[in-house]
Amino acid sequence: MIKPIANWGNYPVIESNEESFVFDEQLDALISKEQPFIARGNGRCYGDASLADRTISTLKFNKILSFDAASGIFECQSGITLDQILTVIVPQGWFLPVTPGTKFITIGGALASDVHGKNHHVDGAISNHVLDFDLVLASGDIITCSPSVNPDLFEASCGGMGLTGVISRVKFSLKKIETSFIKQKQIKAVNLQELIELFDTYKDYTYSVAWIDCLKKGEHFGRSILMLGEHASVSELGESQGINPLKLHGNKQITFPINMPSWVLNQFTVKAFNFLYYGKNFKKEINNVVSYEPFFYPLDKVLHWNRLYGKKGFVQYQFVLPLDAKQGLIEILTRISDEGLGSFLAVLKVFGKQESMISFPKEGYTLALDFPVRGNLLAFLDELDQLVLKYNGRLYMSKDARMKPEMLVAGYPELEKFKSIVKKYNPYGKIRSAQSDRLLLTDTK
Amino acid sequence: METVLVLGATSDIGIAIAKKFAAAGYNIQLAARKPELLGPLKSDIEIRYKVACSTYAFDARKYNSHAVFFDALKPDVTITIFGTMYEEEDAFNDWALAETMINTNYTGAVSILNIAAKYYIAQQKGAIIGISSVAGDRGRASKLIYGSSKAAFTAYLAGLRNKCFKDNVHVMTVKPGFVYTRMTENMPLPKPLTSTPEEVADIVYNGFTQKKNTIYVKWFWRYIMLIIKNIPEFQFKKMKL
Repeated sequence: MIKPIANWGNYPVIESNEESFVFDEQLDALISKEQPFIARGNGRCYGDASLADRTISTLKFNKILSFDAASGIFECQSGITLDQILTVIVPQGWFLPVTPGTKFITIGGALASDVHGKNHHVDGAISNHVLDFDLVLASGDIITCSPSVNPDLFEASCGGMGLTGVISRVKFSLKKIETSFIKQKQIKAVNLQELIELFDTYKDYTYSVAWIDCLKKGEHFGRSILMLGEHASVSELGESQGINPLKLHGNKQITFPINMPSWVLNQFTVKAFNFLYYGKNFKKEINNVVSYEPFFYPLDKVLHWNRLYGKKGFVQYQFVLPLDAKQGLIEILTRISDEGLGSFLAVLKVFGKQESMISFPKEGYTLALDFPVRGNLLAFLDELDQLVLKYNGRLYMSKDARMKPEMLVAGYPELEKFKSIVKKYNPYGKIRSAQSDRLLLTDTK
Repeated sequence: METVLVLGATSDIGIAIAKKFAAAGYNIQLAARKPELLGPLKSDIEIRYKVACSTYAFDARKYNSHAVFFDALKPDVTITIFGTMYEEEDAFNDWALAETMINTNYTGAVSILNIAAKYYIAQQKGAIIGISSVAGDRGRASKLIYGSSKAAFTAYLAGLRNKCFKDNVHVMTVKPGFVYTRMTENMPLPKPLTSTPEEVADIVYNGFTQKKNTIYVKWFWRYIMLIIKNIPEFQFKKMKL
């Protein structure tokens, strides 16, 4: 049925005929229809990557195929969400090797975006932990890919935004945990310089990420809270926590009820939020042991939090700059602060090394910001693009809804190779999305 | 632990019901015309819910196979979900389609449930859950054959409930209204009146534990159908339904 759909940013919204499948043979039948399509998971990328006139939803293709609780190898169909996987693996002493800031994404989507987490500098992106996967091509052929079997297709599909084929089955290895709790350390940094030094001081921590106040000027420019974490051992748990060390966190959620009117978000409300958020940590440093849920998924507690940004939606802007481009970070943050376009959720993280064809992460600083869609936003983001390019950075396609094709070309040196692989396995652009059309990744119709 | 037999386990509602009972701790027997499709569901149920799960071939219209099939399984609870729905206009014009619907939805269901009921009566315990439809509550043009096959099935379940009551066998009739499934994803369905397969499964499981006789999914369908049933025939026959 044709209905309006959008991803997490609610921008853009397009009319799409969405169909689902439960069995391989049904997927085959859907793929063999003439009209082009893109596979779609839980719609938690932000922009237009999984939008097209025709979409094939993987959400009903969500069965667990095998789980070896001794070796931690997990195999499933691509439409299962991380949330469902956690429910099964955590009580048995395993955790996701890599998780982004929401558990409401599918494993197929995670791979197509090659998602990263707070542990990128130690463990890399999700593709680093994938043993193999099945890809259903535009022709209907099913190809198994691993780092050693069909390596070109493996690499082009990790972060390839679903353009090489439909990822249908994924096998990956999990991370062993003793408890489901996280030993957390939060440190307040008075400015950006201190934050960058702190990242370096604590680079051995498995998990690290910082929330940053991008509206603050002067000596407190870039004030922030660095959040660090390690999986807690049984001996580190509190008395009540120790009763059930592998406890699953409950799923109590609050629903954000309505789309907020767009005037609610402005410089003053964001400043007030930042003041409270920074101020809530009274001490310079906090050390405690918390459940994995608030540590990894603080926003999942509020269903539909994207409604905060109103009907017009928002754009998330995430870029990465090389480690030597600290000046670029300062310049971009200054530009944002001058424009008064502060974001509630400005998140800074240091990526480790990653060799990749089309995956977003590479060594350096990555900053993610939310901007409500307003009149002059797109022009402003084009300006930011120029700064990102000036410092040899690039943008994350899973967040993107608006970049120009030149921006992608400049940021991804192996783009031509990626495009030639897409062309080889998806020759007539049968698999295409609003994003791939916009970025000229698939032949135009 | 008790065992539940799910007949029609490849349907969206069948999958949801199998998972619901597995989550409650029942061992699951999955049966479908194409058992080769059931492998992933079997592993999924075993891994998620840590219960035993097995798969079987079952064809509602191969009546002669039913006794041997059931004898090998002897579940504590038998649930029929299978059913066929063709375009009514096609079925009206093609007897083969109409016959398939009637023989799957009614004759086949009676065949397997007679066998199950005999076993439960002999055991003096057991439960049968039949997924019928609100379409069986009153005959109308747009559900001519499907509706009549479900009407017959609803009447059969009521009779079976009456017959088995003294033998401690629980027979429950389930009448879903609109359900979001793969079969209906191209139809515009009114959101407040439509359930997800998971909601159907929850309501079926709760009705089962409370030993209900007939349940509607969702509950207000009972009153919608009450109104529809009470429209006088001289008026009803003129309506476009």
